[in-house]
Amino acid sequence: MTQFETVLNKVKNEASNRLSPFIPMDMQVKGVHLFKRTKRFITQKDYFPEFVEQPIPDVSTVDLKDIDLSNPFLFRQHQWNSYSKRLRDECPVHYQANSPFGPFWSITRYKDIVFVDKNYELFSAEPLILIGTAPIDVETFIAMDPPKHDERRKAVQDVVAPKNLKEMESLIRERTSEVLDSLPIGQPFDWVHTVSIELTARMLATLLDFPYEDRLKLVYWSDLFSSSPQSTGGDKDLDESFVGVADMAKHFVALWHDKAARLAAGETAGFDLITLMQSSDATRDLIKRPMEYLGNLALLIVGGNDTTRNSMSGGVLALHQFPEQFAKLKENPSLIPNMVSEIIRWQTPLAYMRRVAKQDVMLNGQFIREGDKVVMWYASGNLDERAIDRPEEFIIDRKDARNHLSFGFGVHRCMGNRLAEMQLRILWEEILNRFDRLEVVAEPEIVQSNFVRGYSKLMVKLTAKTSA
Amino acid sequence: MGTITFVEHDGTEHSADLEAGKSLMQIVLDHGIPGIDADCGGECACGTCHVILDAKWIAQVGTASASELQMLDLTLEKTNTSRLACQVKVSNDMNGMRVQLPEYQM
Repeated sequence: MTQFETVLNKVKNEASNRLSPFIPMDMQVKGVHLFKRTKRFITQKDYFPEFVEQPIPDVSTVDLKDIDLSNPFLFRQHQWNSYSKRLRDECPVHYQANSPFGPFWSITRYKDIVFVDKNYELFSAEPLILIGTAPIDVETFIAMDPPKHDERRKAVQDVVAPKNLKEMESLIRERTSEVLDSLPIGQPFDWVHTVSIELTARMLATLLDFPYEDRLKLVYWSDLFSSSPQSTGGDKDLDESFVGVADMAKHFVALWHDKAARLAAGETAGFDLITLMQSSDATRDLIKRPMEYLGNLALLIVGGNDTTRNSMSGGVLALHQFPEQFAKLKENPSLIPNMVSEIIRWQTPLAYMRRVAKQDVMLNGQFIREGDKVVMWYASGNLDERAIDRPEEFIIDRKDARNHLSFGFGVHRCMGNRLAEMQLRILWEEILNRFDRLEVVAEPEIVQSNFVRGYSKLMVKLTAKTSA
Repeated sequence: MGTITFVEHDGTEHSADLEAGKSLMQIVLDHGIPGIDADCGGECACGTCHVILDAKWIAQVGTASASELQMLDLTLEKTNTSRLACQVKVSNDMNGMRVQLPEYQM
């Protein structure tokens, strides 16, 4: 960054801190957007280079030092397994000096990933857990360290407390049944939009008591947060992201005030996040700390968005690719909970989480310098045969299926994990009640991202269950 | 030699042989006793082997370390006598100990 840009940023931050309490959140977001557009105009530098897809060469033809796992097309081109394996085998703590996101270390073995994840004193989650940079700085506890992280997390984690989940179970089952009952038999349709996105959107709307008819907005906004080129190699236009986030801010502020008014008017308190925040001392006045408020909501909708979505789609794909597992499942539906864990391992919906070394650290013979970016590749650790037997196989009755890395380990371990598992369990229970076969009839379309391992299209043809 | 009794949330009891040197987590897993998940395999990194001990046993067993407390703090049913089963090493003076399993794991 040039000296001029440093000064510009400093002025921006100063202004932001001074004006924050007085200016509505959506205006603040628009302000940041205006600042960035102006900066682009003045410096004549585009936001971030666009990623253009090129065929990725076979890993055996590439120099070790040139292997770059931040390439957002690796999963799409079915190259992830061979690329991550080479690093696991030949260079488990690997330095990539020249990526589009700057230099970073790749940690690819299960055991080393657990070490990094557990040791937050050595490896900080600040300022961001994506490989790149954020287009807009939102305060989320996923990118904070203890003790601040713990305070922020504890303030909201009751929303996914097991007791709460029990309340939500029948509603989730009702919605799942409704969607599955509406599916065409014998005709291909896109599972991603019709089932995965629809069910996930309904879940998010419930979590926030967000207007049901606007639920797809939650999905749209969530996608914006993890899809910018500079963060994850995604393809979302930055200008569009800003407009979306400003809109989101406006809606969430209105949501808070609306809920407060309804509760004051005597409405029964529900189990949604905003009610929870308004009834807890730690967060009663959260609306006065707009960036923290927005950050919490953004984190929860992003956390519950494409992860669950892609696990729903991924499970269908896995069972299609391993038909003997589907036969096993139909013979023994009590395997569903174990299968859910195996789906989450096999899909690994989020490929990594990024940390920054807080001090010089030796890891597996490599010297990591203070300040270096360190990337824990869950999607590689979940394929590490040193920790997992026959990891490329999808085995629904696998022993130790719950030991996968997809939810992370340590203080940041996914707080929505039981909610995700419950949604998937209910989905498969209801699928087995209705369908005898789920056939994937075309190559799935895969999302461009180094972070999200997902599907944008999955054409499926269903066969109804014949009554026994 | 001896016995440790694990009590599920609904009151169901399970007896297990005391095996000194093993973690409480390992004993639960070896006997197929429901109520803990042990997702990280004993690394004090997931909080899903949360158990609750009697106050009198805490003297024997000891209190949680700082890093263990950090994970325990994130569990919802945490009590003053909570421990992570993977961090409790069983010794012969724990004969007769009763271990409460929480209703849920995080």
